[in-house]
Amino acid sequence: MLLLSDGGLVKSKNFQDCRYVGDALNAVRIFSEKEADELVFLDIEATRRGASPDIEMIKAIASEAYMPFAYGGGVRTLQQAENILRNGAEKIVLNDAIFSIPHIVEEMTKEFGSQAVVACIDVKRIIFGKYAIFSYKDRTLRKPDLVTSISLCENLGCGEIIVQSVDHDGQRTGYDVPSIQRTRKATSLPLVALGGARSVEDFRAAFQAGADAVAAGSMFIFWGKYQAVLINYPTSQEIRSILHADMH
Amino acid sequence: MIVIVDYGVGNLGSVASMLRRAGGDPVVSCDPDVISRADKLILPGVGAFDRAMNGLEERHLLPALQEVVARETPVLGICLGAQILGRKSEEGICAGLGWLDMEVKKFSSKDLRVPHMGWNTVTPAKNSLLFDAISTEEQRFYFVHSYYMQCRNEENILAISSYGKDFACAVSCGHIYGVQFHPEKSHRFGMNLFKRFLDV
Repeated sequence: MLLLSDGGLVKSKNFQDCRYVGDALNAVRIFSEKEADELVFLDIEATRRGASPDIEMIKAIASEAYMPFAYGGGVRTLQQAENILRNGAEKIVLNDAIFSIPHIVEEMTKEFGSQAVVACIDVKRIIFGKYAIFSYKDRTLRKPDLVTSISLCENLGCGEIIVQSVDHDGQRTGYDVPSIQRTRKATSLPLVALGGARSVEDFRAAFQAGADAVAAGSMFIFWGKYQAVLINYPTSQEIRSILHADMH
Repeated sequence: MIVIVDYGVGNLGSVASMLRRAGGDPVVSCDPDVISRADKLILPGVGAFDRAMNGLEERHLLPALQEVVARETPVLGICLGAQILGRKSEEGICAGLGWLDMEVKKFSSKDLRVPHMGWNTVTPAKNSLLFDAISTEEQRFYFVHSYYMQCRNEENILAISSYGKDFACAVSCGHIYGVQFHPEKSHRFGMNLFKRFLDV
């Protein structure tokens, strides 16, 4: 999960304190060398600024990414979605659009297929162990609750849901397991856990909570307790050892 | 000259970059004259079967393709581009190119999530120009598809993958090759497959 801002790569903590961590294309090259399974790019300022997806950036990513990738941030029209998919992305990622322009999201899933449309839902813990949906654009909580929001994604035809924990973002303390469990109960769609991973050990907890896949940002970008920028990715043996352990 | 056929479906840029990485120098074209001069042909494709066949027809590419194939030029179809090598598909009403004796079927098991999307292991069914069956390393490729190829003749199956059941994920007949997965999105596994195709 790679966050873009002004064309550079950044990493947040709890959806704020964005730190510049380097050149996006250089990161793509390294993740390609390390054979990452999939990359997700989110331009975190596009929606706020009303900016369109950066097609030149997407083309540049596609020419270096020898793996599937998804792109999100400021995708609000069918034309933009088509442009992203035609220029090499496998999927588009939608967040604010799910709530603000659901009818267009529905058109996108019909036009390009569910498999090309990913919903990214930002969850935040509130009182009594409940979760609300966070709006990064307005820095407020949205009205629909977690279960209502998940069924909205389903009804609009999204093919996959990324559940991102605002509280765990950048903290490297492990995934927000209860939020994954809640989401799992609410849908049978493929579920991707995001936010808080520090090591492959954390993946197991997310899978046990019902995630179909795991994503991480800081874990793959920073190294050591001083958070030095060093792009890293587990080997397929390391990943396999976690998956196999999970089966027993 | 390696020509990637541009017939309005799919992600040509990624195919071209992976081919370059594999040492090729591909040309992307929808010009029948260019296509008929190809010594290697790539048929990419993402989308619906009929749209692909109509795309070839609308661009008047079918005679050029037939000419190239009659010369025994190696052809590699990718994903939908592999499916249209067959006779027909459950996805549409158009006839396929018919260069491979196969039909395209829909994944229809009840508990199966369709499309089959993501990384999956690929097991060579035999030694072939595309796959080294002796290698013990697990080969992984990236898939996105709701339909699969069903060959009438088992001899045409080069590799198998499994999703609910085993299915042919790489097929061939003579100089015609088809792969269901996306080599252009499959790291060095895809690059190696492209290298092998370039050496055919």
